[in-house]
Amino acid sequence: MFKYILKKLLMMLFTLWIIITLTFVLMLSVPGSPFNSESSSNEIVQQNLEKHYNLDQPIAVQYVLYLKSIITLEFGPSIKQPNQTVNDLLGRGFPISAELGLVTIIVALISGIAIGILAALRHNRIIDYIAMGIAVLGISIPNFILATLLIQQLAVNWSIFPVATWQGPLYMVLPVLALATGPMAIIARLTRSTMLEVLTQDYIKMAKAKGLAPWKIIVKHALRNALMPVITIMGTLLVGIMTGSFVIEQIFAIPGMGKYFVESINHRDFPVIMGTTVFYSSFLIIMLFLVDIAYGIIDPRIKVNKKEGEE
Amino acid sequence: MHDQHPREVTRNNVPDEWFTWRKKNKKEQEQLARPSLSYWKDAWRRLKKNYLAMSGMAFITILVSMAIFGPILSPYEANMGVLSEQYQPPSAKHWFGTDNAGRDVFTRTWQGARISLFVGFMAALIDVTIGIIWGGISGYKGGRTDNFMMRIIEILYGIPYLLVVILLLVVMGPSLMTIIIALTVTGWVGMARIVRGQVMQIKNYEYILASRSFGTKQSRIIRRGLLPNTMGPIIVQMTLTVPSAIFAEAFLSFIGLGISSPNASWGVMASDSLGAILSGNWWTLFFPAFFISVTMFAFNVLGDGLQDALDPKLRK
Repeated sequence: MFKYILKKLLMMLFTLWIIITLTFVLMLSVPGSPFNSESSSNEIVQQNLEKHYNLDQPIAVQYVLYLKSIITLEFGPSIKQPNQTVNDLLGRGFPISAELGLVTIIVALISGIAIGILAALRHNRIIDYIAMGIAVLGISIPNFILATLLIQQLAVNWSIFPVATWQGPLYMVLPVLALATGPMAIIARLTRSTMLEVLTQDYIKMAKAKGLAPWKIIVKHALRNALMPVITIMGTLLVGIMTGSFVIEQIFAIPGMGKYFVESINHRDFPVIMGTTVFYSSFLIIMLFLVDIAYGIIDPRIKVNKKEGEE
Repeated sequence: MHDQHPREVTRNNVPDEWFTWRKKNKKEQEQLARPSLSYWKDAWRRLKKNYLAMSGMAFITILVSMAIFGPILSPYEANMGVLSEQYQPPSAKHWFGTDNAGRDVFTRTWQGARISLFVGFMAALIDVTIGIIWGGISGYKGGRTDNFMMRIIEILYGIPYLLVVILLLVVMGPSLMTIIIALTVTGWVGMARIVRGQVMQIKNYEYILASRSFGTKQSRIIRRGLLPNTMGPIIVQMTLTVPSAIFAEAFLSFIGLGISSPNASWGVMASDSLGAILSGNWWTLFFPAFFISVTMFAFNVLGDGLQDALDPKLRK
């Protein structure tokens, strides 16, 4: 087990290093300097600015400074918003984005698994067809379109929910709904197909023959094994929710990380782009790593430590 | 049965009188009773029974022909508007209405279909090409080569792909070509994994061993023996790559990193008409949104159908 974790950990650190370096190289090759748009600045002001942000140093020195800043988690000042550091932006944006993401994933998991079980239990009957129809629709409608439809109907036409911003539980409903539908559909389809497979197995027949209550068979016996594949795709789903939140936060004017990220891209604010990219990818890569480890621990069929003669 | 034959009948001692000749003539006996079915014919036969997948296919066919002929047939220019005719609701003159610049939404929708479908198909094609080469070599060679190639894939797989795409677009500047490049830089990884898995499984089959022992050239074994039998999962993966590329293009255009505004793509059209929600000009948003969703739906159900049809294990 230890060796498996160590191997995965090294792999993860290497991936992190790759993305950090890649971000640096890509930012270097961006055409145009962030100060170009400021027409008021003359030659000397520009040089002083570049000095302030270490842009006049040789590339190797810049790279070392950059690595140092990431290790110490000091991402430096924002270029476009002079009184803000990248850490300020992350500190303000991340809790909101994390809240949105967490609620989304919980909603998607609960509803997805419930729909999947229902469809599997009513296999090839009307409920199954309806559930799977909804699931394919959920996968097919892009989240930004769903978001606009939801605003149009529920917020503008019927004014049940507020249109935008982030001020409390009621404000969460629409963005979470828009963001959770895709992952929910994926989870529902996956749960259904594995449930169908598991339900035909002998130990389920055995449980039925013992006279166990149906819900007990489903929850305690079938679901435990059916949920394995759901855990494997959790990492990918998290990535999808994170990137999806870029647009959702834009549409609903939620002051989260995604909004700052998109803004920084449009403003060519290098430190913020680098900082958020590195932060995002580190977060996601660490999540994928944890999912890997969790899967190794939960699934008894995966022998992470192959010792001879050990059951 | 058991009463008539007290001795238990097993596979080895079935009484001879139980057997009769179905055809008297020796020549007739050798003839095949039914036409032989190739893998593809069989798959097609099963796909035809899947109405949802077939309607997806029909929709895609219509969409492709409308993307080709729609802008030609329409009397309007996709990027040219008449300002006095802005926000016209759908009518006989403008079937899908007009947008904020008085441009015909019907024409722009098919112009957008060209771009979306082009991105989708190109991304799928490039993914398949790189994926087959990379996965094929990795799976066929095995050993250290495979190990090395898979490590690279593992690293690429761990990198959140939309972040890379966004970074690349920031660097290269938004255009149709850069979107396709950005989408395929990490997109081929999934395909390569599938091809590798298939090749590794199939290369151990007896018929490959047989053709190796005949002294067949390696390139021929790969081309004739391995690739045709990996095609099923590859086609399925391709069908599912197209909608995700279309989605990615729409997503990127929506956050302002895709095709830029005067040109039409479904993502651009949707993002341009966000304000329409509040002003009530629903048609400017509805048509691009509708076509993105239905196209993705069609490709998804077709992919699902193909997956079932091309899997010999699900044969009834």
